[in-house]
Amino acid sequence: MSPHLPVLQVVVPLLAAPVAALVRRPRLSWLVAFLAALWAFGSAVTLLHHVLSVGPISYHIGDWAPPWGIEYRVDQVNAFVLVIVSGIAAVVLPYARASVEWEIENERIPLFYTALILCMTGLLGITVTGDVFNVFVFLEISSLSAYALIAMGQDRRALTAAYQYLIMGSVGATFIVIGIGLMYVMTGTLNMADLAQRLPAMEANRTIPVAFAFLTVGISLKLALFPLHLWLPNAYAYAPSTVTAFIASTATKVAVYMLLRFIFTVFGVAFSFDVMNLDRILTPLALAAIVFMSLSAIYQPNVKRLLAYSSVAQIGYMVLGISLASVLGVAAGILHLFNHALIKGALFMAMGCVMYRVGSVRIEAMAGLGRTMPFTMAAFVVGGLSLIGVPLTVGFISKLYLVRAALEQGMWPVAVLVLVGSLLAVIYVWKVVEVAYFRQPIGDGSIREAPLSLLIPTWVLVLANIWFGIDAKLTAGVAIRAAQALLGVGS
Amino acid sequence: MKILGLYNYWIVIGLMMIGFYTMISRGNLVKKLVGLSVFQTSVMILYISMGKILGGTAPILIEGRENVVYTNPIPSVLILTAIVVGVATLAVGLALVVRIKEAYGTIEEDEIHEQDDVM
Repeated sequence: MSPHLPVLQVVVPLLAAPVAALVRRPRLSWLVAFLAALWAFGSAVTLLHHVLSVGPISYHIGDWAPPWGIEYRVDQVNAFVLVIVSGIAAVVLPYARASVEWEIENERIPLFYTALILCMTGLLGITVTGDVFNVFVFLEISSLSAYALIAMGQDRRALTAAYQYLIMGSVGATFIVIGIGLMYVMTGTLNMADLAQRLPAMEANRTIPVAFAFLTVGISLKLALFPLHLWLPNAYAYAPSTVTAFIASTATKVAVYMLLRFIFTVFGVAFSFDVMNLDRILTPLALAAIVFMSLSAIYQPNVKRLLAYSSVAQIGYMVLGISLASVLGVAAGILHLFNHALIKGALFMAMGCVMYRVGSVRIEAMAGLGRTMPFTMAAFVVGGLSLIGVPLTVGFISKLYLVRAALEQGMWPVAVLVLVGSLLAVIYVWKVVEVAYFRQPIGDGSIREAPLSLLIPTWVLVLANIWFGIDAKLTAGVAIRAAQALLGVGS
Repeated sequence: MKILGLYNYWIVIGLMMIGFYTMISRGNLVKKLVGLSVFQTSVMILYISMGKILGGTAPILIEGRENVVYTNPIPSVLILTAIVVGVATLAVGLALVVRIKEAYGTIEEDEIHEQDDVM
């Protein structure tokens, strides 16, 4: 393994982005983007393997030793997140080629891939860095490109959705900058490990709780924690299919990772939960997200919007796991981060196939698709089962860990609400399945199955849903080790 | 005196609230972006204030004068990055507003919502 891999993980896609814009030919820029995603995936897997077998890597940019220089630090937690982000990108890009050609004008395609690669770069950068100000810079790289990507949707409401996301996202990012500034003024350092050492001595000072509050609220805006989720449903519903599939399964996950990093590594579990009592606010909000957002999903006539509301509910599960602050709880949160990326990736890609052939993702438009597009709808059904948490799918594994973590602390009402959330998921998934399988097809019968270039990537994610649902040893093992690393207990 | 002595922080809080309130209360999309800009500017003053030392000079090492008092340059450098980010955000925001004007014929939030509800 090259010792420079942690930085190349970010630099190679960053350099690929302008290349994708400069080649100007749609196919060629797609190829550049695809190669960049493959490279990112390959290096992320190498890093994860190295971290699991050897231990955390600390990379000093320009050979300036931390805390003076910028440190890139790869440990069990972020190596896992790197694999998720780059893995989803590597699956979404083959899918993007046909879908993007259909949804976006030809001359804009190179710029589309540039923005997509920049977005991935930003997300990888947030994940890999060990410097808090770097987090903000990469956050803005990923956010600005995400606004542009969402605005490229065909529906004009994509524009207002992108605008709303821009306003709320910028407020969130500015809150994060305020938090970082207040931490810097107290400690004089921006390095995460250094901050973690210096902060405990400052806890009595009022500035540190204020910094903590700004950071928590700012990150919660980014991860769409209920009730700060208002930007999410429209952004997911009207963005191009590829963008929805990519952003839904990566952007909020990286924000969840940021939350983990700040509350466990930087501030430490004792300060976050014993002094600030973060669980008293996160647990109710997470439970409210699970129940109310699942209920909202039931009433959505647009399936992409329905899935977007379900995403807010699923984020509730992740935050719930984190708020339990036990190894099992945090592991359940991290596990669901991975599993939900697979679930929502598969579901949104199936919806992209429907969009490609039918031109609409409203529930009425799905009538009879079970017969006309059998493979697409089968992918949706398996993804839906996984979302519900049926055994043999990844959704089951996450719920299992989450319920166990809740029962471990004797919080049986929480466990009950998790199951209620699953029941509500049955209702909204069934609404789509019923229309697709038990209604006569509408139209002149010209709707055919989606092309293989869309189906194969979708099914790769669907099969991953089943594979990691049956054999969870790898993912659950990594998640537990990551949780132990975050909580600082024996590994 | 202590409260007045922190006047730069009062300006930060004032600007922050003005920007935030503009963003929430105005229905005009350009005015919202102006509010966002004011909000972000207040953070710049916050950063520059905390690096400044009264009487401090530029952090340049001169031989023979090692114990010179200088202003911490890092917050200024950090905020330079944030200024660039702020400009980029504003540019993307205004570009979106131009596209919204083309698509809806208005940049008033309530009129846009009305048009969407009809559909």
